[in-house]
Amino acid sequence: MHGTQVHDTQQPVISVRNLWKVFGPRAARVPGSAELSALSRRDLLDKTGCTAAVRDIGFEVAPGEVFVVMGLSGSGKSTLVRCLTRLVEPTAGEVIFEGEDILRADEKRLRELRRRKFAMVFQHFGLLPHRCVLDNVAYGLEIRGAGKAERTKRANEVIELVGLSGYGHAYPDQLSGGMQQRVGLARALAVDPDVLLFDEPFSALDPLIRRDMQSEVIRLHHEVGKTMVFITHDLSEALKLGDRILIMRDGALVQIGTGDELVAAPADDYVRDFVKDVPRSHVLTLKWIMRRPKPDDQLDGPELGPDVVVREATRAVLAAEKPVKVVKDGELLGIVGDEEILSIIAESST
Amino acid sequence: MRIAAIAVVAALALAGCSGAKVGESSGGGGGSQASCGTFNLAVNPWVGYEANAAVIAYVAEKNLGCRVTKKDLKEEVAWQGFGTGEVDAVVENWGHDDLRKKYIDDQKTGVSAGSTGVKGQIGWYVPPWLAKEHPDVLDWNNLNKYADMFKTSESGGQGQLLDGDPSFVTNDEALVKNLKLNFKVVYGGSETALIQAFKQAEEQKKPLIGYFYSPQWLLSEVKLEKVKLPPYTQGCDADPEKIACDYPDYDLDKIVSKKFADANGPAYQLVKKFQWTNDDQNLVARYIAQDKMTPDAAAKKWVDANQDKVKAWLPST
Amino acid sequence: MAVSTPITVTRPVDDGGTGFKLMQRRGSIVAAVLVAWLVLWLFLRGTATLPLAPAQLTGLHHSLNDLNDGIGENRNSSWIFLYFFNEIRLVIDQFVIFLQSLISQPGYGRPLPLIGWLGVVTLVGFVSYAVANLRVALLAAAGFFFLGLQGLWRESMDTLALTLAAVIISLLIGIPLGIWAGVSNRFNKIITPVLDFMQIMPSFVYLAPLTLIFLIGPASATIATLIYAAPPVIRLTAHGIRNAPHDTVEAAESMGSTKTQTLTKVLLPAAKRTIVLGVNQTIMAALAMVTIAALIDAPGLGKTVVKALQTLDVGTAFNAGLAIVIMAIVLDRVTTAAAQRGRRRPNRIALGIAAVATIFAIWLSYTYVWAAEFSSDLDIGSTIAQWAGDVTTWVQSNLSPVTNGIKDLFTSVLIDPLQALLADSPWWLVALVAVAISATIGSVRAAIIAAVCVALLVLSGLWQDSMTTLASTLVATVFTMIIGLVVGVWMGRSYHADRVIRPVLDAAQTMPAFVYLVPFLALFAASRFTAIAAAVVYAAPVATKIVADGIRGVSGTTVEAAVSSGSSTWQTITKVQLPMSVRALTLATNQGLIYVLSMVVVGGLVGAGALGYDVVAGFSQGELYGKGLAAGIAIVLLGVMLDRLTQAAANRMERGTR
Repeated sequence: MHGTQVHDTQQPVISVRNLWKVFGPRAARVPGSAELSALSRRDLLDKTGCTAAVRDIGFEVAPGEVFVVMGLSGSGKSTLVRCLTRLVEPTAGEVIFEGEDILRADEKRLRELRRRKFAMVFQHFGLLPHRCVLDNVAYGLEIRGAGKAERTKRANEVIELVGLSGYGHAYPDQLSGGMQQRVGLARALAVDPDVLLFDEPFSALDPLIRRDMQSEVIRLHHEVGKTMVFITHDLSEALKLGDRILIMRDGALVQIGTGDELVAAPADDYVRDFVKDVPRSHVLTLKWIMRRPKPDDQLDGPELGPDVVVREATRAVLAAEKPVKVVKDGELLGIVGDEEILSIIAESST
Repeated sequence: MRIAAIAVVAALALAGCSGAKVGESSGGGGGSQASCGTFNLAVNPWVGYEANAAVIAYVAEKNLGCRVTKKDLKEEVAWQGFGTGEVDAVVENWGHDDLRKKYIDDQKTGVSAGSTGVKGQIGWYVPPWLAKEHPDVLDWNNLNKYADMFKTSESGGQGQLLDGDPSFVTNDEALVKNLKLNFKVVYGGSETALIQAFKQAEEQKKPLIGYFYSPQWLLSEVKLEKVKLPPYTQGCDADPEKIACDYPDYDLDKIVSKKFADANGPAYQLVKKFQWTNDDQNLVARYIAQDKMTPDAAAKKWVDANQDKVKAWLPST
Repeated sequence: MAVSTPITVTRPVDDGGTGFKLMQRRGSIVAAVLVAWLVLWLFLRGTATLPLAPAQLTGLHHSLNDLNDGIGENRNSSWIFLYFFNEIRLVIDQFVIFLQSLISQPGYGRPLPLIGWLGVVTLVGFVSYAVANLRVALLAAAGFFFLGLQGLWRESMDTLALTLAAVIISLLIGIPLGIWAGVSNRFNKIITPVLDFMQIMPSFVYLAPLTLIFLIGPASATIATLIYAAPPVIRLTAHGIRNAPHDTVEAAESMGSTKTQTLTKVLLPAAKRTIVLGVNQTIMAALAMVTIAALIDAPGLGKTVVKALQTLDVGTAFNAGLAIVIMAIVLDRVTTAAAQRGRRRPNRIALGIAAVATIFAIWLSYTYVWAAEFSSDLDIGSTIAQWAGDVTTWVQSNLSPVTNGIKDLFTSVLIDPLQALLADSPWWLVALVAVAISATIGSVRAAIIAAVCVALLVLSGLWQDSMTTLASTLVATVFTMIIGLVVGVWMGRSYHADRVIRPVLDAAQTMPAFVYLVPFLALFAASRFTAIAAAVVYAAPVATKIVADGIRGVSGTTVEAAVSSGSSTWQTITKVQLPMSVRALTLATNQGLIYVLSMVVVGGLVGAGALGYDVVAGFSQGELYGKGLAAGIAIVLLGVMLDRLTQAAANRMERGTR
């Protein structure tokens, strides 16, 4: 999945512009005021009693993309994802979904969108404790009026898809956390939405199970190819899943980019600090470490693409007697030699 | 579980095969003079009243064929019932000038139906042992001498005068003040509290002086002695602030609803003619309170023994 | 106010250390206020105490009287009576009469009710089995059978019919209102004080007006009962809905549920257990009204109790009281088990067989006399009455010297000084102290409420009576909490103790106070102490149960850690378990206070005087009605003031100890 880029030519599924969410008294005045909107979060709170959870955020999500929003707790990322379907009503801005501004939708239309276009997976699962797995999964179909036979059939399909076959009649409290989240996932998939929203879905799970679930999401993404917006505070999860990552801090956007962009070219110290411990060889691609060919370089070595991850290229580069050429569409972008590779590897291992 | 259920079913089935059927043998049951109809009789919560009500209800049912509905009510609620048609008669009323004014004079929903023949007395009483040991306690002039003896945890250094059936008007605070007695009125708050206090005072030879009244069933068990207060004279209780005389004697009477009186049915005739004595009432009250008979059984016993009195209440045919 | 307004914390604040310091500082402020009060009291006592003698009335009392008379005079002309109250009365009367003809009174041309004892006992067992489990079903059937053995079948069924009617109507009104209060903050704010009013206002105050509006009969008795009984189900329904897991609700919204769908498919199922608990509390409250409703001719066990007491027949009263206790315990266990039962349904086949057996039993009891009328040959009621009477007599004659000494001691060292301080201080001084303390240990809001309540108490014309009642209330609450702490800790630490003590607590809570008032009067004479003792008997069980739950709720790991570091039992209790149940302790105090206040009127019947007596006298004498009503309102004001203060203190403490 790494390296998939947003193709500028494609119409984005979601585009968010100048989105604000301010909590507090007379919140609506904040986004409009140049003075207030320039204040830091702390100053704003002292001056107006308002907290800006989301400040002037904009981004676009392409069809089929896994878009990750990352930030520490309190950075506003959960509020941001809730603004997308107006579970939290935004204070100002636009959320364009398939050409339609969601913020202008009336209640009925909004409900329709939530029923058919979006589905969300929650940190604490949000399952209905009084319903068995099957009925939980079928809930979305039930409320939009699907018949019993139809929803049972569909529910069983997705239950199988998430690997919970045989648990249809179990109740949530009889399942482990990981299994409960699979139910949450199945529930979201059951309605066949265009976009899946994940709000830190795995942070309540054990590390091992978390890893399983991440793989599960990757697998499902391959199988069903849904657009996903994924909230996390875990950088490795973000790097693992995200085509692109949006980093938030105090409600504001710090940087958007692919994993290797963030690691190789952090926008500021905050991001730098964030990605400091990432093993760069796992993230960086050749395009970030290649150098211009020098006149004395031998240019008849093996070729690799610019988006090959360093770690995967290591063996090839070290095995080759000559520097490896980084080539895209027949054009020579640069070359990578033992030296470049080794400097990254050495850095990662300290 | 299943076996148990089957066993239960089987047992029930066996048992069900025999036995009298509901409604098969219910002979008698009403049906004599239909002219009386339903008679709604209020029963105020004291035993003397219950005795009156029991006898009247018994006679109304047996001799007049009325369907008597007894309603257990406090006085105020019972009098209210005259207006709403829920109560036909109250058969022992202790004065209650407040209620008379409201329901007889103002709202005109009730009318008096004459005396019950029972004389009521309110006053200050002491247990018999105390009267025997200190005979002079029975004169109010000597009460201050005994104030110390009557002290309790509630009377704050003065003697305690136990008051307190809240249903009855009391002038005791004014009396204590105007007779310059070194006593404090303590509100027991219920007839039960008063009875229990006097009973215990006699049993355990404890000093006690309190508000009480006759007729009351307790008096046949514990012969409380009345303390002499300055005698009642007409009008001496006119100003509640300045009262310094004894309570008047009450001629206990019957009050009926205006509608009931106007209809003038047999039950009304009975209530109107009903009269007996303190001794009669005490006897029936004792059947109920001490012999623990049901009101109905107590009434039957008295009626059987006093046919001549009952005859006088019935319409002359 | 059983399990009333649960306290929710809105803002987490400072850490443990500063919280503790804050508490210490608040403690010294309170101490300073109290010292200042004492000093001022020495100079000012006896001035501005606003006394009012029992027979005196104020202008307000007269106008309340006139208001009451006005209702009576308009009864037959006003359209609101003709087309509104009368219709309500007719419907409720018919409903109760229908229930009575089912189980307690002759009806439909039969000399006996439609369903006889066998049918009722089996039906109770069956319903218990269907909603709970077999064990509870057997207990329920045995309990009801025992009512027959007591010789009180018809009375019990009358009580049951009336209770059922009041409970069903309470639920019909209460659950929708509770849902509304659960989803709307504004409505919740409006209804909370109304519910407080309904629960604390002594029923003696509204019995007479009720019979004026709804006449004497089942309707008045039912409505009197439901005024007191409906609030718990409203509160708990709202509570259940408010506390539905946020995630789940959000998930449902995110999927596009409509409001109705969210309510019916998420909120209500999630709140189900809490709502059933509310039903349970409503049933208990309805049973608590049985004896009071007997004063306006409500049929059933209450009448037996009230009549027996006219002749001081404690044995008979106890027998009837025991029947109420048994009915209460059966209904409590069934509803509690129903609330706790998970998804496990009883075996369908067994249920089917039980249903057939029940229908058969009902048919038998419809048809045959032996199954319809409980045989009087089996009467053990008179034995129970005899035995209870003997025990009472023995206790009264053998213990009273000792108990009177105890009463005198407590009265002189505790009640008298406190009452002197409260009732002999100038009213404005007490007002200042109340506001200062509310602001210190509670909140600004609590202080404002205290100020308003004090002002209204002064207006009521019953200031000094209120202070006398407050003194007794505080003493009773202290005793309640001592018992609650000792027994609650014991129960919380030992399941065995819990098993043995809990039924005793249930009995103390549901046994009508009228039954034990007579022996109490013998033991402690007509006095404030008797009133306090009666209040403690009623209030201590609730406080004890809450403390026990709190202690049990302390995390096992923490206790284990304390024990493993060598804490003695005493240290574990005082340094770990009690501090960690601060929340439960404050809730227990709050509930203890409210329960004590609900016994003020009963206290008035046994020598407490003051507000309780004012209410009782107002119920008994027409011209004192207005004063009784004012006294009832004064009790409500005391209740609201103390409730808001303890709740605010609880919130603050909880924030402080975080």
